[in-house]
Amino acid sequence: MKWTTICDLTDIFPGTGVCALHKGEHVALFRPLADETVYAVSNIDPFADASVMSRGITGEKNGAFYVASPLLKQRYLLASGECMDDENAALKTYKVRVHDQKIQLA
Amino acid sequence: MQKQRIVVIGNGMVGHRFLEELVAKAGSDQYEITVFCEESKVAYDRVHLSSYFSHHTVEELSLVKPGFYEKNNIQLLLGEAASIINPEEKIVSSKTGRMVAYDKLVFATGSFSFVPPIKGYEGTDTFVYRTIDDLDAIEKCARNSKSGVVIGGGLLGLEAAGALKALGVETHVIERAPMLMAEQLDQQGGNMLTRKIESLGVKVHSGKNTLEITDGEQARKRLVFDNDETLEVDFIVFSTGIRPRDRLARLSGLEIGERGGIVINDQCLTSNPDVFAIGECALWNNQVFGLVAPGYKMAKITAERIVTGDSAEFTGSDMSAKLKLLGVDVGGIGDAHGRTKGAQSYVYQNEPEQVYKKLVVSEDGKRLLGAVLVGDTSDFDNLLQLKLNNIDLPESPEGLILPNTGGDSSVGVGVDALPDTATICSCFDISKQQIAEAVQAGHTDMAAIKAETGAGTGCGGCVQLVGQVLNAELLALGVEVKNNLCDHFEYSRQELFHIIQVEKIRTFDELLAKHGSGHGCEVCKPVVGSILSSCWNEYILEESHAKLHDTNDVFLGNMQKDGTYSVIPRMPGGEVTPEGLMAVAKVARDYSLYTKVTGAQRIGLFGAHKSDLPEIWRQLIEAGFETGQAYAKALRMAKTCVGSTWCRYGVADSVGLGVELEHRYKGFRTPHKMKFGVSGCTRECAEAQGKDIGIIATDKGWNLYVSGNGGMRPRHGDLLASDLDKEALVRTIDRFLMFYIRTADKLQRTSVWMESLEGGVDYVREVVMNDSLGLCKSMDKEMQSLVDSYQCEWKTTLDREAQLKRFNHFINSDQQDENVQFVAARDQHRPATSVERIAMTPVEA
Repeated sequence: MKWTTICDLTDIFPGTGVCALHKGEHVALFRPLADETVYAVSNIDPFADASVMSRGITGEKNGAFYVASPLLKQRYLLASGECMDDENAALKTYKVRVHDQKIQLA
Repeated sequence: MQKQRIVVIGNGMVGHRFLEELVAKAGSDQYEITVFCEESKVAYDRVHLSSYFSHHTVEELSLVKPGFYEKNNIQLLLGEAASIINPEEKIVSSKTGRMVAYDKLVFATGSFSFVPPIKGYEGTDTFVYRTIDDLDAIEKCARNSKSGVVIGGGLLGLEAAGALKALGVETHVIERAPMLMAEQLDQQGGNMLTRKIESLGVKVHSGKNTLEITDGEQARKRLVFDNDETLEVDFIVFSTGIRPRDRLARLSGLEIGERGGIVINDQCLTSNPDVFAIGECALWNNQVFGLVAPGYKMAKITAERIVTGDSAEFTGSDMSAKLKLLGVDVGGIGDAHGRTKGAQSYVYQNEPEQVYKKLVVSEDGKRLLGAVLVGDTSDFDNLLQLKLNNIDLPESPEGLILPNTGGDSSVGVGVDALPDTATICSCFDISKQQIAEAVQAGHTDMAAIKAETGAGTGCGGCVQLVGQVLNAELLALGVEVKNNLCDHFEYSRQELFHIIQVEKIRTFDELLAKHGSGHGCEVCKPVVGSILSSCWNEYILEESHAKLHDTNDVFLGNMQKDGTYSVIPRMPGGEVTPEGLMAVAKVARDYSLYTKVTGAQRIGLFGAHKSDLPEIWRQLIEAGFETGQAYAKALRMAKTCVGSTWCRYGVADSVGLGVELEHRYKGFRTPHKMKFGVSGCTRECAEAQGKDIGIIATDKGWNLYVSGNGGMRPRHGDLLASDLDKEALVRTIDRFLMFYIRTADKLQRTSVWMESLEGGVDYVREVVMNDSLGLCKSMDKEMQSLVDSYQCEWKTTLDREAQLKRFNHFINSDQQDENVQFVAARDQHRPATSVERIAMTPVEA
């Protein structure tokens, strides 16, 4: 698997997200805590069709992290992309890792 | 089929209630409704008439929801009295010659003030106390008077005395009986009330019969009493009882009682089967009811009967009353005098605190027959329910009125003991069961219960009890009555505020570690972020805070539907210079921003790419602007009218004050957004009474209204204080805001907050003006610290290199978001819809 370096881990404030351009797609990268846990999902809000997901607030429910859309507040699990408020909606997920303090997408 | 024609004569409180009941039950399209209203004003609240002197707006007293008559297609004939009825042809004619046919006719003509034929009563400077016109006349007269007297020391008379006192004249009350409020109180209770009222500066003359009114020597009028004593005053207000307005009914051949009143049966029908009579004009079982609650009951029964042909029956009404007269709490229930055979009583009297309470119980001591409460009415609801529902009294009934001296001596009923049929709200005749059903249907907070059932929205006396029923029902449903913020904090916003303030907690992580669990969510994070800002007012995008805020706060603009942001610089009080306009125009043109004047007297620029925001703001700040916090739960702006500087009507500089206040309170976060308004005269062009803080200039200073709201649920502000000088005004606003910040629930506007407070604006006034909680000193200090620590968030952001990187759309590319596209609209542009958008793929550099 070929990994592309996107940015430094420290480019993302703990608890927030950023948007990356990867293979022509908008990818939201989230760092929910101050450690090396990172998630990657599509940055496109499926309801508004706008590139905004990385700007949502991250939350935690029963140990699982999610992001709430900054527009209409639908929540998506970061690990699976599943929408917690509407079973017909989901975010695409991407393979992501932290390597030598760099965030990389496959 | 032809619609049924309904004619209502009279548009007072009861007549209007009938219309509301009717359209609520059947919808207005089933009927053709015509209403004759002799007064030139639509139905208004006569119960709170004296409040008119503090706000002077007919609207404040109005009972009519905006658009009610239009929406329901009700023909309202204002200023047009019905003059003749032809019961055979079923036609009502008015003074203007208009003729209206009816199928059902409802008399709601109310009553008039009875003035005893005392010699000389007809002269000038004599008034009655019944309508807004009466009030206007009294006020006009009071301006040229030093003293006034109210003849009649009943409920309404004391209300009138309160009005006179508020108008600043020396006030006297004359009562023929040996005591005040003889209808509701016993002698001792009356005496206590007299002492309390006299200590407030109103002179009470009880046991005096006025024989004659002549011209005075020291003042304009002289009253001569039966013991030859005299009293000189400048004007006289009669409040000596009411008489049903039954003249028209009499002329129409309806049966009238011996001493007046349109005779009705249990269905509220008069002697004519197509004619009803309700309210104070009606005589049921030889009684006229001079209170609003029985009138409302009759209105409901009549509406039900017209719609369904059937209804409950009127079975009389409890004449109990609880009210605040001249600031004194007074309550009377049932048989206050112990006139029932074999009745026994218990009395509690506390002279130092001027409290008097009496219970009247049945011969066997098992039932409550009546009660008198003066100086402390906190037991009223409890006692009333005991009486209305015939609940067995505890073994020692005196415990019901004795002060709770600790231990487990409380013998209150508790809502659980009330039967389902117990009337909780007598204004709207709402039972315990109806409230319980509303809770079961998902209306689980006070505001929702009020909106759904109407309970607690009349006189407000039952709000506490409604709350108890609500909580009991929630418990019964297994809903734990907790106000936890979310899964991560077992505390309400108020509690968290307290914790953060007392423990001096500076970050979310510290709070979570000490008092929470898990990692937080989109509910608790912004709330805590807001509290931290309210307490310490640090730059909100410090690294430790950035994750807490909604995107609006994070990028200091309001996110629009396409992911772009708005740019709204502060224009305090709506002022902007030509140079400022040019600077705004330049960035709008350079960055292709859609431009609109917002509802907040300032200019909004829309459609800015996130990545352009820093440069746009750099230019605006250079031109002298600062952030307008249009994105924040904080003060948005102070709307002002032009004020005395330019306006020929203005009495004070509203713009100057608005600018000053906007600068004073800008920046720090509050539980929800806030809007201010400042008007330079009573024309109120700034619509201040619809704002969280509304200020209106008077010739003596500023009137301060609080907790108004526009938007989805408009609310008229409450008058917190009158005629303040600027120093007192600012001090009062400081404290009001701090009290709101400290005690509001999450995302609660000041309007909803006010409604959630028991005691409402009176309570808030006690806290912020009379320091009843001893908080004022610390609140003053806290506000000053917020004011002193203001910074323009945009300026701070631009000064920090690390912050700027966040504004790029991509972390790994300088390209902008290609999904942001516009199409032309009305000489400007709007966001393209997904269908209109041209597909593009950004290429990695």
